[in-house]
Amino acid sequence: MPNIQRLQNLSGQAHIVGVGESNKLGKVPEKSPLAHHSEAAINALDDAGFELSDVDALFTAGWSTLDVAEYLGIQPRYTDSTSVGGSSFVIHVAHALAAIAAGYCEVALITHGQSGRSDRAPIPRNPGTPMAQYEAPYGIIGPPVSYAMAARRYMHQYGEDRTRQAMAEIAVSTRKWANLNPMAYFYDKPTTFDDYHNSKWVAWPFHLLDCCLVTDAGAAIVITTPERARNAKNGSVKILGAGEGHDHSGISQMPDLTSAFGRHTGPQALEMAGVTHSDIDLAMIYDSFTYTALVSLENLGFCAPGEGPDFVASQRTAPGGDFPMNTNGGGLSYTHPGMYGIFTVVEAARQLRGQAGDRQLEDCNLAVAHGTGGLLSSTGTVVLGAD
Amino acid sequence: MPNATPKPQPVPQPESDRYWEGLKNEEIWLQRSKATGKFQFYPRNFSISDPETGEEGIEWVQASGKAELFTFAIVHAAPHMGFVGDVPYITALVQLEEDVIVPTNIVGITPEPESLQIGMALKPVFKHDPDGQTLLKFTPT
Repeated sequence: MPNIQRLQNLSGQAHIVGVGESNKLGKVPEKSPLAHHSEAAINALDDAGFELSDVDALFTAGWSTLDVAEYLGIQPRYTDSTSVGGSSFVIHVAHALAAIAAGYCEVALITHGQSGRSDRAPIPRNPGTPMAQYEAPYGIIGPPVSYAMAARRYMHQYGEDRTRQAMAEIAVSTRKWANLNPMAYFYDKPTTFDDYHNSKWVAWPFHLLDCCLVTDAGAAIVITTPERARNAKNGSVKILGAGEGHDHSGISQMPDLTSAFGRHTGPQALEMAGVTHSDIDLAMIYDSFTYTALVSLENLGFCAPGEGPDFVASQRTAPGGDFPMNTNGGGLSYTHPGMYGIFTVVEAARQLRGQAGDRQLEDCNLAVAHGTGGLLSSTGTVVLGAD
Repeated sequence: MPNATPKPQPVPQPESDRYWEGLKNEEIWLQRSKATGKFQFYPRNFSISDPETGEEGIEWVQASGKAELFTFAIVHAAPHMGFVGDVPYITALVQLEEDVIVPTNIVGITPEPESLQIGMALKPVFKHDPDGQTLLKFTPT
């Protein structure tokens, strides 16, 4: 089991000093996935005021660090290709903290690049996995089908009408945030409750507007020691707490369809940071689907199981609400290339440094970034604090 | 119109050959731990309720076929080209009397939310493929 006392000693021993996206998000057929990695890396390093030659550790998912380091032309002394879906990059933040504190490296670069929409060479699935053997032949393939079955079970346990209302609240509130973010796919697309209820079915109970985007995008994060963070060009953000883990791969093996692993990673990250839920100013919660955000709030402990619909009622998570969530517009309406998790950290860092433009929160000192990967399989949670 | 792209086919592994052979005979064979009496799905080379005993700790038992609907979705956007001609179709997780969950399809009913109630009783339907494996689907009793 995690040793909380030792983790508390680790708290704050590395800082995020740079974040960035690739130059263009959305439909970008003119760029390869590796080009998204490299553009984002250069932008994040520029944000930090660091050079590519400063980087001595590389973290990525979906691709091996072998390919990404070669493409970038760097020779890292510490690498981590932990690949557990969209949660990977949040987990990389924690791994970078541990590696820097242990002395393996000083400047860690986390990169992501994915052409979910335009990839000329998508990675084929391994036909030897249990998921391929027992689920895929029945058309249980990809996230919408699996998450929809989890959401239907949640509706059975906690009420269909109030769950539907909660999903609609999140669908609308998140897109209101996107309307404030010029990088967001939905920036100029206002979305009403009627739009939500009238949007077509993807996999019942999911409407189209319950589902994340499928885009081309990249992002990167630069992390370093507290000492070197003092030289950061645009300020830094402390990494205060972290938790990671998973409890299944395919949806049919999930122990409880209404409880993902955030039930462990959320409380651990908060305890390591020495803070409580009410201290949190911003929740960046991976929203592959409206349901993912809803159930994650419960799993992380912001509210009790089954209370999510009351928690998000009346646009509480929208601009002006008292629980700001997914202020970049989320995977639902900002960007979602497939493994979105890194963007939760990018936005949290921007808000904590006061650089979020029209959507900047007034008083943002503590943020939670929470990634979910696979089929509600894996989670990674970090608590970040303004420096 | 036939699908241009074939559906993904199960590739049985050594520990699951018996399961897939059973389905061809319209029988559902499951693994049970000799020590704990617990069934498991899918087949493995040991029991996850008694990991220490290894392969010796497992026995194969024929399931009754009695099942209940645990959850479902109705798929409107095909997630794979092989299913384009099938939408809308019902995916489900079904709880067998032996207390294991199996992924499947519900067939023989209109694919509408109103046709399905969680907890409804189901019986197996074996869908044979002369060139491949038999799939285990379910329909209301």
